[in-house]
Parts: sequence; C-alpha cells; structure tokens
Amino acid sequence: MTTGRTKNPIDETHSCEVIVTNEQGLHARPADLVAREAQRWESRIEFIGKSQRVDGKSILDLLTLAAEEGTHLVVEATGPDAREALDAIGNLFNKKFASNESSTITNTEKTQQERHVSGSSARINTATCESVAERNTNS
Amino acid sequence: MKFSDFVSVEAIRPSIVADSKEGVIREMTQSLVDAEKIATSEMDSIVKAIMKREDLGSTGIGRGVAVPHTKHPSVSRLVGTVAISERGVDFESLDGEPVQLFFLLVSPPDRPGDHLRALENISRQLRDDAFCKTLKEAGGPQEVWRLLEDADAQSIAS
Repeated sequence: MTTGRTKNPIDETHSCEVIVTNEQGLHARPADLVAREAQRWESRIEFIGKSQRVDGKSILDLLTLAAEEGTHLVVEATGPDAREALDAIGNLFNKKFASNESSTITNTEKTQQERHVSGSSARINTATCESVAERNTNS
Repeated sequence: MKFSDFVSVEAIRPSIVADSKEGVIREMTQSLVDAEKIATSEMDSIVKAIMKREDLGSTGIGRGVAVPHTKHPSVSRLVGTVAISERGVDFESLDGEPVQLFFLLVSPPDRPGDHLRALENISRQLRDDAFCKTLKEAGGPQEVWRLLEDADAQSIAS
C-alpha cells in the first residue's frame, strides 16, 4: 500500500454518490467505521455534503456532515487505489454500516420516498457503487 | 444545534476525579442527576446503557475527546454535560490517546436528528485546536460555560 503512489504516477479521481439509509444517520459509530475504512486506502478521500467538503479519513470531519437518514453524499477519491476505495466505502453505506439498527424500510423504498427530484439519479449512482462493491467482494 | 441548547451549566464538571471509563461516565451521569436533568431512579439504567454503547466501540473519537452517549426513554429532550480531566483517562480511544474532554449526551430515542446535530456541533468546534486547549485549561464551570457560549456565538456569526 505504501508503494502504491510511486507505481501509479497518475492519480485518478473517481466519485460516486451514497445515501445514508440507516435510521440513526451517520452518527459516531458509522462515522468511525467509514473513517477506518477510508484510512485503509492511500487515496485522498473526501465527502461532499450540501455545503461542505470534508476529509473521509477523519471521524470529526465526518460527524460535521450531520448526515441524517436519507442524506445524499458524494464520495470522491483521488489516488492510485481510488476505485477500490470507493467500492469499499460504497459497500459500507449499502449495508448500512453493517449496523444492527432495525429498519422496516428497504433502501429502494426509502429512496422512492425521497422528495428530491434528484432521487432517481442518486439511485442509479448508488446502484453503481453497489455493483462495483459486489465485484470487489467476489474477487 | 448550539452547546447552550443541550449542555446544562449546573452539570459541568471542570475537574473530574474519576480515572476509569465507567468512573467518568458515572460521575457525569451523577452530575446530570444533581442538575435535575435526569431522574435519580434512572441513573443506573443510563450508566448501563452508555457502557453498553461503549462496548460496541469507544466514543473516544481522538484528539483527547470522547462523546459517551445513549438514547434513553426517560428524557424528553436531549440533555448533555461537559467534563474535563486534568490528567486524562484511558478511554480506549480510536487514536489510543488518553481523554481529557468529555461530552456526555442522553437523547430521546425518537430524535436521532438532534443527536446528530449535537455531535456535529461538538465535532466542528473540536477541530479547532485553540478551542480544545482553552477548554482543557478552563478553571471552573462558569469559565467552561463562557467558552461554550463564545463558540456558539462564533458559529452563528460564521
């Protein structure tokens, strides 16, 4: 991992959109899980919320997003392992941070309830993250 | 959500004596009982719930800060308090550092948004090293309260 940067002189930037789908939102525990996951990758990882861009490797930064259930966030990764990093992070969101919080509403149903017009495109983006994440798991 | 929206000035403890995770949580919960923010009869249940949350992963989020918290049906609004340990306490923090600044939160189960906004405010302010430093050095409850109020005023202005 530490030698990745020299092997890949051209850093690529990839992004995808994720949706917070657990009832409690991106609170301390999920933020911890996301930051830990982000720290595993060499790429710079940033989360873009409504009005701010924060460091995905910092739990404090992630908490300042105050991302409630239903919040759409763009994740941007720049570096030699950008794509893999996004896969892993997208996967965390898709499985609701592997939380045991109860939720009676499925991801898709919840997205459909979103009043945002952008809901449909976000759903596609999330699906992209999901499919890539699945490939990653299978490999 | 501002500090003054959830921190009880009467419950601020600028020099706690506890030297263990449970000790800190117990002392802070007791301070909320003393400030009449939570019922005496609920104290043990709340301490237990906060410890249970800690078992899932430490709320020591780094930089010498911890935010022990729980949802609890006995409160109708978010209540919280601040404590400072001069020596620092091993809180099994994510970065392994001892914790000096504690923000304890007890929130109603049906208000996850309030909890998130309180965490947001705490995190935002604590990214400021100068704020952390002055808070750790604060001499008394009133000084802590003044620093929190100053931080509130600045976050409104910005």
